[in-house]
Amino acid sequence: MFVGYFTERPYQDFESGWVGATGREIEDLGMTNGDYNPRIGAELYNRYLDEKVYAEEMGFDGLMLNEHHSTPFCMGGVMNVEAAILARITKRAKIVLLGNVLPIWEDPLWLAEELAEIDMISRGRLVTGWVRGTGRESVAHNSQAPFNWERFQEAHDFVVKAWSTPGPFRWEGEHYQYRYVNPWARPYQEPHPQIWIPGVMSRNTVKWCAEHRYPYVMLATEIEPTKQSFQYYDEVAQENGYEASTEHHGYLFKVHVDETEELAEEAGRKYISGPANPFLEGNQGTVRSNLQNLPGLTSRTALLPTVTTFAAAARGRQEAQKAALAEQAAEQDKQDADAFGTYEEQVNKYSIITGTPKTVIPKIRHVLEELRPGNIFFWDGDGAMNHDDAMRSLRLFGEEVIPAVREMGKELDLKGAFEVDTQTGAPMSGD
Amino acid sequence: MTTQTETHSQIAVEVAGLKVNALQDGSGPNIVVFHHSTGSPGWIPFYDFLAQNYTVTAIDMPGYGQSERPVWARHPRDIAMLLHSAVHKMGIDNDAHMVGMGFGGWVAAELAAMHLHGLDSLILVGAAGVQPEEGEIADVIFYEFEEYVKLGFSSDEAYAEVFGDEAAPELKELWDFSREMTARLTWKPWMFNRQLPHLIGEVETPTLLLWGENDRVTPIGVAEVYNASLPNSTLQVVEGVGHLVELENPQAAADAIHSFISGL
Repeated sequence: MFVGYFTERPYQDFESGWVGATGREIEDLGMTNGDYNPRIGAELYNRYLDEKVYAEEMGFDGLMLNEHHSTPFCMGGVMNVEAAILARITKRAKIVLLGNVLPIWEDPLWLAEELAEIDMISRGRLVTGWVRGTGRESVAHNSQAPFNWERFQEAHDFVVKAWSTPGPFRWEGEHYQYRYVNPWARPYQEPHPQIWIPGVMSRNTVKWCAEHRYPYVMLATEIEPTKQSFQYYDEVAQENGYEASTEHHGYLFKVHVDETEELAEEAGRKYISGPANPFLEGNQGTVRSNLQNLPGLTSRTALLPTVTTFAAAARGRQEAQKAALAEQAAEQDKQDADAFGTYEEQVNKYSIITGTPKTVIPKIRHVLEELRPGNIFFWDGDGAMNHDDAMRSLRLFGEEVIPAVREMGKELDLKGAFEVDTQTGAPMSGD
Repeated sequence: MTTQTETHSQIAVEVAGLKVNALQDGSGPNIVVFHHSTGSPGWIPFYDFLAQNYTVTAIDMPGYGQSERPVWARHPRDIAMLLHSAVHKMGIDNDAHMVGMGFGGWVAAELAAMHLHGLDSLILVGAAGVQPEEGEIADVIFYEFEEYVKLGFSSDEAYAEVFGDEAAPELKELWDFSREMTARLTWKPWMFNRQLPHLIGEVETPTLLLWGENDRVTPIGVAEVYNASLPNSTLQVVEGVGHLVELENPQAAADAIHSFISGL
């Protein structure tokens, strides 16, 4: 089993009010960076890097980063910079990028070079992952939305070829053209770093991912639709002549561990306050559905079951016609957030797991039994959680939770993508 | 209210392997109409007014409405070239007045630039296609698509008079579908072509620039650039209406066009 750590690195500014349940409203692409304080940014970037280093010390297998643009809920606009630093200051853990927003890159050769450098500096610890991005990303970097999926696929094919085929060669594609492809930096890993694909519900992406035998990491989706998505992956795998197994399935979920139940609840409630991802239920943000439904961004008929739940629907993969409904749902959700009603709901349906190790471990076991993922990430230290909240949890993960989870992994036979080769099904020797 | 009349006929031709559909009615000299980026809502009262004096052919531009999508098209100029051929195949050749509205105005201007002596006149109604010196052409990306259509009127009340308080689901679907096609044809820069002012300098076709006084989508600065670039153009502002002149005051729009053509 592969056990990773993730936080979305929110921009927490207690002075301007960009934090906390009573803070200013976060509207997607509705805020000015005139309020941004680079001094605060400096502290936060360093804090999040420190927490990642500690996560490695506590025994996590992977340190996951993600990328969003023009938003306070994720400071990873240039995730590759953080990854490059981690490559140098950590020793053992995989650096898992979930993921670079492929279609918004005008020059994916540059991306291929960056990732190859990171892979070399880390001596082969990079796990690369690619996403199509939300509407926000396409707007922020002005990438033509109707060609998002085409660009994703072409950039993928191009980067993989640039990594694995000796140059020089010429590339005259539909969306990318190069007269001389011969990047001097090549990845440390042969033929290239593992590629994992994170997502919430695009059926196209799951199908494509299964066709490529890449692990698919569901991002904090609810248990039942997640199960259905894995099932779809497995069906596509069968159509493509192989049996998908635990190593092809990944799951990111919110888990916070603390010293007492009281502290755990106090910190757990911070998941839904502050500049947390406005696409997740119960937070303080406002989704602008028109930005999430850019013209042509998502195929109208290719939707996974998670569309029926707010968390995923509001992430922007729904049909455009449902946009207005989603916005109403968001409004309703905000109203419902009074007295933290949605927090209780999320706890009840395992969307947030928080407690002492004693109470958290059985809940994690429930999730693992239900979904059987070989690769998991605990999402912690988010929203309004501070450094102390994050560090207490990380310590308890290391001391009690991770060892217990590894035992569960053995007992339930949940093998990760570094134990079984997702491309061949053969056992891997480990590194 | 937007209605379909029973009298107009539907015609279709094939261009580059794709069906191009149009509605036609009236008699007299030909007027060919290109719709907005939001697609054609069908046979509208504006066409009825025009049809009193002209044969009106309202084309679904390739990729919109009932006309098949050229998946390879990347620029309004591609659409202009297809429409040039479509109009020819519809038997309307070299003696037509061309009306382009909004995004369709941009397409019409591109067509005029490549078909220099083929049009009797060009009428651009709140046309996109050139960059204004002041202000910016509204960006659909930042609006719910119904809000974007509302922006095309001088007020929400004016919108409600045409579409009701909330547009019918099939109209919303049309707008959503249409903006996808538009986004395939224009993105960077949004809604204009830096080459166009230079190219239309050669267009001697008499041109009417018909603009709503309260156009919140294509500011009057766009008309001014067209007016400065076209050698034979006239700018006429319709008082009290927004971008969608033909929907908000169809009689005034048709009268202005008839008066312009009559004076040629």
